[in-house]
Amino acid sequence: MTQFLQQLINGLSLGSIYALIALGYTMVYGILKLINFAHGEVFMVGAYTGYYAAGSLGVATFEARHQSFPLYLALLVLIAAMAAAALLGVAIEFLAYRPVRSAPRLTPLITAIGVSLFLQNAGMLLFSPNPQRYPAILSEVRFEVFGVIVTNIKLTIFAVALCLMLGLHLFVQKTWTGRAMRALSFNIDAAKLMGIDTNRVIRSTFAIGSALAAAGGILFGLDQITINPLMGVLTGLKAFVAAVLGGIGSIPGAVVGGLLIGLAEQLTAGYLSPEYRDAITFVILILILLLKPEGLLGVVRVEKV
Amino acid sequence: MRAVIRIASAGAVLLVIYGLSFGVELGFTEYVQRIVLLAGINIILAVGLNLINGTTGQFSIGHAGFMAVGAYGAAFVGVKLAAPIHSVLGPGALANGVIFNLALLAGAFFAGISGLIVGMPSLRLRGDYLAVVTLGFGEIIRILFNNAAFLGSATGYFGDDPSGLPAYTTFFWVFAWVSAIVALIHNLTFSQTGRSLTAIREDEIAAEAMATPTTRLKVTAFAISAATAGIAGGLFAHMQAGVRPEDFRFEKSVDMIVMIIIGGLGSISGAIIGGIFVAASLELMRDLQQYRLVLYALLLVIIMIVRPQGLLGTGELYQLFRRGKPAKRGEGA
Repeated sequence: MTQFLQQLINGLSLGSIYALIALGYTMVYGILKLINFAHGEVFMVGAYTGYYAAGSLGVATFEARHQSFPLYLALLVLIAAMAAAALLGVAIEFLAYRPVRSAPRLTPLITAIGVSLFLQNAGMLLFSPNPQRYPAILSEVRFEVFGVIVTNIKLTIFAVALCLMLGLHLFVQKTWTGRAMRALSFNIDAAKLMGIDTNRVIRSTFAIGSALAAAGGILFGLDQITINPLMGVLTGLKAFVAAVLGGIGSIPGAVVGGLLIGLAEQLTAGYLSPEYRDAITFVILILILLLKPEGLLGVVRVEKV
Repeated sequence: MRAVIRIASAGAVLLVIYGLSFGVELGFTEYVQRIVLLAGINIILAVGLNLINGTTGQFSIGHAGFMAVGAYGAAFVGVKLAAPIHSVLGPGALANGVIFNLALLAGAFFAGISGLIVGMPSLRLRGDYLAVVTLGFGEIIRILFNNAAFLGSATGYFGDDPSGLPAYTTFFWVFAWVSAIVALIHNLTFSQTGRSLTAIREDEIAAEAMATPTTRLKVTAFAISAATAGIAGGLFAHMQAGVRPEDFRFEKSVDMIVMIIIGGLGSISGAIIGGIFVAASLELMRDLQQYRLVLYALLLVIIMIVRPQGLLGTGELYQLFRRGKPAKRGEGA
């Protein structure tokens, strides 16, 4: 029972990172029907921006003096990474996706794969292919509850992710831009006729999705201790599977899917074998495609000519 | 009569390849020979991938996984078949040729079966799911081979002999298989089935309305494409004494995608040109290895924006030399 609770806590914190990334996939897919393959790399760039921002804010001197990094600086790191990733996301959309937006479906897909590859390899050249130890922007405090080890890092991950997701929910439901996003994902041509500046809405979608991925990147760095330029490939894939599991295009679906994938991964690692932790995601993907392709919370849409 | 002509022309092609193989072995250094062999293997990969990505319009980005299945399958079967076949046919070129080709076919069979397993759930849906599933498959298959003890785990599979797998892969066999597969894919593409595949690419819903069994055709095309990647894998394995999981990383799939996009998605001659280009660029960019993938990635994005149809579009090279405007697929050919 203790072990189960332990895996549950680890799974939920990992799952909330997947959920943050999955939101970006689902928002972009909902509007453009495009699998944004570069999203995993935006997540990676977010993590690295956090790494360098923390470095320039002197995280090393705090560590050397055995002091904890001040909370407002940690928050600054988070904001810097989110801003940088938002810029990157908007740049990708403007430079690569916009020119091919009206092309047949395969063209944007290949473009997205190209952008993703470019960022991976540019990352290896810029950041060195070796894994880097993530700076301790949060010093770990462990405590035990009923024999289960909980760290403040896991709690922070869960809390930050929850706040961001609530923020996104309010944004999408209550603001004008959020309503425009929903209109676009419902019917982009009708939205255009209603006078919505679709380019602007798509731009903000990419900005928000990328910022969430960057937050996920920093939380991932805190959780997994090391980062490397290829971290976005597998994590991005898992987050995409999370989006499909929840129902691609559905924001609550992405959150549910992310948490479920995180839990499934931790439980597999804990009870079966750690070697299969990456494989379980794809087993889930194949099962969901076979049994319920629209996802848990998705809606079935009839394709029309 | 047609059958006679076919057999005669096939024999003539094989003779030409056989003749050329002496020239290549005498005239080129070992390094250049290796690149020529790689070019041949690339052509098989590109033409096979083009069937599903270009002609059918379903995008696979994990074909390195099928190549790996074929490579391991052919290597393993080849090693296990060696003793029984040698005991029947005795040592010599004939026995080696039989072992090699049976091994390649076994590799293609395994790759084709894995293609069926991967394709069946994902091809029922819109094409872009295939991209994700194949990407995941490519990764998983590498993890599996990395952990398969009887196939050498991370060190790779080198057979039971300490000197590694026998070097069966010669110029003759590579290009005999290249001709066979190009002929197969060409005939398939320009058959009625091929037109149905093109119809699926152009408009799946309309194709379905015309009573085209879209899912069945997509899965079949995908399995054939996976099997050809398996053949290429088997040739690749016997070219370098062993198979390592490392050889089939995502980069390999990217190489294949670059091959078919440069030449033009849906064009067989384009795929051949792309295959040769990628093999040659390994040599040309030898000093730029760490930049190679960055350049490939940029190339992909720029081609997609500037000339999404690639060099030749869906046309074929020989159509350029016809009088009048080049015929589009489906209008004749």
